[in-house]
Amino acid sequence: MIEVKNLTKKYGNHVAVSDLNFKIGGHKIYGLLGPNGAGKSTTMNMMTGCLSATEGTVKINGFDIYKDPVRAKRMIGYLPEIPPLYTDMTPDEYLVFVARAKGVPYDQLFRQVAEVIDLTGLGTMKKRLIRSLSKGYRQRVGLAMAMLGNPDIIILDEPTVGLDPRQLIEVRDLIRDLGKSRTVIISSHILSEIQEVCEHVLILSEGRLVANDTLESLQSLSLGRKVICLSVKGEEAAIREVLEAEDAVTEYSYDESKAPAAGVIHFKATVRPDTDPRDRIVLALASRSCPVVSISMEESSLENVFLDLTSRRDEPPAEPILPDEEVTE
Amino acid sequence: MLAIFKREFKGYFLNVYGPIYIAVMLIFAGVFTLVFNYYGRSSGFEYTLGYVSIALLVLIPVLAMRTIAEERKNQTIQLLYALPLRMFSIVMGKYLALLAVTAIPVGALCLYPLILSLHGTVSFLKAYAALLVFFLLGAALGALCMFLSSLTDSLVVSAVLGVAACLLIYFANLLSAIFPDQPLYSLIAVLVLVLIAAGLLFLLTKNVLFSAILGVVALIPTLVVYFVKPAAYESLFPKLLSGMALFNLLNNMAYGSLPLSTILTYLSFVVFFLFLTVQSMEKKRWN
Repeated sequence: MIEVKNLTKKYGNHVAVSDLNFKIGGHKIYGLLGPNGAGKSTTMNMMTGCLSATEGTVKINGFDIYKDPVRAKRMIGYLPEIPPLYTDMTPDEYLVFVARAKGVPYDQLFRQVAEVIDLTGLGTMKKRLIRSLSKGYRQRVGLAMAMLGNPDIIILDEPTVGLDPRQLIEVRDLIRDLGKSRTVIISSHILSEIQEVCEHVLILSEGRLVANDTLESLQSLSLGRKVICLSVKGEEAAIREVLEAEDAVTEYSYDESKAPAAGVIHFKATVRPDTDPRDRIVLALASRSCPVVSISMEESSLENVFLDLTSRRDEPPAEPILPDEEVTE
Repeated sequence: MLAIFKREFKGYFLNVYGPIYIAVMLIFAGVFTLVFNYYGRSSGFEYTLGYVSIALLVLIPVLAMRTIAEERKNQTIQLLYALPLRMFSIVMGKYLALLAVTAIPVGALCLYPLILSLHGTVSFLKAYAALLVFFLLGAALGALCMFLSSLTDSLVVSAVLGVAACLLIYFANLLSAIFPDQPLYSLIAVLVLVLIAAGLLFLLTKNVLFSAILGVVALIPTLVVYFVKPAAYESLFPKLLSGMALFNLLNNMAYGSLPLSTILTYLSFVVFFLFLTVQSMEKKRWN
């Protein structure tokens, strides 16, 4: 089990990770999701003891990663974003080195190396120099390295980046297999990647934990929700008045993804399930002399939930979405 | 530690650094032995080693430059940080591998006094004591260059810093002789050292405020002592320089026996820089 308490990392005045708190464990695959620069790699580096925290603690099965690093690190297998490989070695030599360094007993060492080579499909490449391997195979060597020593927890930072579709499927299958017998945490900024393999999601935004829940719960947040995309020519205040007055609209925001042009302003409005207030909005805007350039309505997806949670830049930190139970197992 | 040692030792021979070090060292030793012992008709191998040691000025920085800088450059340092090993074990594993490579030519040089004894009378005690000091000199310079390698991720910068530091040590005795004895000059030199130390601290921590505060904290007593008791600064820097003159300890071997203080000087140098290397590696974890 990993227990993270008040974990914070500051670089001078910049806060990379702010006050993270969560407990995860069990035979599950967890996804650490967030846009680029959200603090995913920093969090993983702190969880594995590669980076010191400014504040807070990380406990791996009860052992503090900073106070008792040797015992805590024995329980973790970590694959950083760029696999740390010695390219002048062959996968076989490299994995034997890592197994020795991880303290795998001599009588199990070569059997364990052979096992991880077999699991990651490195058999035909094990005698080639790592520098001559493709990105996909290098990633597999990194995965094999993380699996050595049979750690309870495997942490993989963006493990599928740069893989071709076939390799992607193979690595996903491997991660699923790993998740059957241990805790696996993978990070990604790609939602579909997380949806594909993870059961539980932790969403980070600007260093803050904004959601920590099962994939189903997060998906249910978006069920039945609809979003109206509105492009209007007119005064922003008038448009806001109309949206404010409409009962079916639960929330609305200025659509930052589209730049205003020729006096056209773009808004996004979330509406109550089973309602369609488009006609009323168009009439109300017309009565205020604000011609509607376009209006459309679409189903809100998990992607919208993710975007909602990770794009509240100017608002104060929202209450994170957390599971009912304290420990997720 | 053994795993790191094996990987590191093998690493020297997976690229050119290890073979080049051994080959150049043996060529240097061979040429100087030929010139001084055979053509010069001298049986004193300890004199020859004094000249061979010049090769260490370049060879040790080149051999040690990759120890940590390369790990940082290739980002394999993350593996070392994630392994269930103490930082001390990692640094020791790397250092012992470096030491083992430097020991290979020294092992070959152990045969030279025996070969020379076939042609004349050789003082084995002096010759082997000098070889021990020669090995310890390499060990001390290796520890220094490994520390410098931990400060950067550039192999070139690491090597240049190493050569500069080794040159300073090589000329330390000469500098000490020409440095004025007046307290003011020693004070200026100490102030410059404090500034360099603060700069190194900044390189390690990337924290301007922390480095500046510690720099000022070190400056205050330095200045207070100077104004209260200026005599304390008389010849202080020349003495400091002669303490660093590691090459001279080897040259002195030719004129006497092996004092325990010489061995202790080298060992304390090794311990000091290994300690700094561990601290440097730990501090980098903060960045």
